[in-house]
Amino acid sequence: MEGLWDFLRSLHDAYGINLVHFYDTFERTRLLRGMWTTIQLAATCVVLSVLIGIIGAWLQGSRFKILKGFVQGYIQFFRNTPPLVQMYFFYFALGPQMPRIENEYGIAQPMLGSFAWAVISLSFFAGAFNIEIFRSGVEAVQKATVEAADSLGFNRWQIYRLVVLPLAVRVCLPALNNNLVNLIKTTTQAYAIAVPETLYIASQIWSDRINVFEMMVTLLTFYLLLVGIFVWLMTRLERSLRVPGFGQ
Amino acid sequence: MSAGGNSNLILAPVAPPSSQGETGFLASAFTPRALGIALGLFASVALVSEAWAQLVAGGERLGILATLWKWAPLVLIGPPREFGGFALNILVSFLAMAIGTVSGLVLGLGLISKFAPVRSVSWAITQFFRNSPWLVLLFFVMLLTPFQFRIGGLTIPFPAWFKATVGLALPVMANVAEIVRGAVNSIPTGQWESAESLAFSRLQTLWRIILPQCVKRMIPPWMNWYAILTMSTPLISIVGVNDAMTLTQDALASEQRTDLLMPMYGMLLLFFFVYCYPIARWTIRLERKFAVRI
Repeated sequence: MEGLWDFLRSLHDAYGINLVHFYDTFERTRLLRGMWTTIQLAATCVVLSVLIGIIGAWLQGSRFKILKGFVQGYIQFFRNTPPLVQMYFFYFALGPQMPRIENEYGIAQPMLGSFAWAVISLSFFAGAFNIEIFRSGVEAVQKATVEAADSLGFNRWQIYRLVVLPLAVRVCLPALNNNLVNLIKTTTQAYAIAVPETLYIASQIWSDRINVFEMMVTLLTFYLLLVGIFVWLMTRLERSLRVPGFGQ
Repeated sequence: MSAGGNSNLILAPVAPPSSQGETGFLASAFTPRALGIALGLFASVALVSEAWAQLVAGGERLGILATLWKWAPLVLIGPPREFGGFALNILVSFLAMAIGTVSGLVLGLGLISKFAPVRSVSWAITQFFRNSPWLVLLFFVMLLTPFQFRIGGLTIPFPAWFKATVGLALPVMANVAEIVRGAVNSIPTGQWESAESLAFSRLQTLWRIILPQCVKRMIPPWMNWYAILTMSTPLISIVGVNDAMTLTQDALASEQRTDLLMPMYGMLLLFFFVYCYPIARWTIRLERKFAVRI
């Protein structure tokens, strides 16, 4: 590793290509920490938003009109307002209303930090899209299948969990994939409420070390890699879940 | 082509000039119920905060609704003699969409080019801009382009809001390119072959036969992207443009009242909702209307 860092250092001396965020231990550590935060943020939001999607799609099939109306209102509201304003609303408007707790030093601090609010707001945002996506999958499941399960004595939740959902997931996986990629890209917005994720750390480094261009290229490469790996994983999942007899 | 169109006109005895679905989108898009729910939600948040404020502080300060009324013009059209606020968000969305559409069309035609190098370069550009986060692209353009150009003695200013517009137009460009490619590929091969047999050149075929048929299919996804773009415009507040988000925060900073936080941000959400919801409804209707039936 040392050899590589020395080479990058020599690049700076010879050509002015400032890759300080690689060869300087301090900058490298905080950049890696930022990337880890992004990965954690993305993974948590992906899981939570998929859960919201699954539960929401189930609630949409409910018999209670009020419940259905509530889910519909949630979807329309979160789909048609800017995610950044949602995040500000959660963090700056709802955040201060939450009770404060004492930390180990006896200082009162908000119950939820910026990371938690970012997770909440991003999950709700992507979850609204996921409900629609799962609903389209649920609608694609043939009625006869549901009726067959019903006649075998499954109850409503069992039918949804054991029969409808496994089929629906396979139908809506491409659309879900798209939305989750979008979610991963939207995690950069957590920058606005000072979550120490990659973009936030990167902007600190480029202000400290004046290497905007090199940092930008690193940043874009990181996100392209992250999205690329995610898409690759999802394609593998798609292939392993494929139902024989559909598609090409 | 035109012969087919005419025969249709002649054969159909009474062509209904506008089907029932075309009675103007406002009437149906603003389904009174949905808008009512949105307004009701907002009003209840405002009223609850109002009551809370009265309870806590007594009648000395301006009520919540009165305060919102006071700041609404600033958030909507910006400070006097200056352009900003929600109107700037809309302007940026229009301009970014225009730039993105024109460049996306060119890029999309590059994607279906017969010439392999053009195709692969277009593919790389498209993938790059589609898969990068909007905010990172915005920073990229904001920080790495000059604030003015000097050509000879002429200085062309390049203001922050315009740079932000370009930054937002880049991902739109890549996505419009994909829409164009998808639409062109959805036209049956027979159209290409019959054009060829009529001795149309490739450019003529594309321009006079294929693209006109694509327009209908491209409109719903294109509008969808317009809505997404509009909802991304508050991002420009992060890079320091006087948009509705910045002004809302300025107003909150000058008021110094915690009871205003929810209503003020709520108002901003409502502005966007009222603008974007009808577009979403309209898109769904067009999608149904233009759906290709197999």
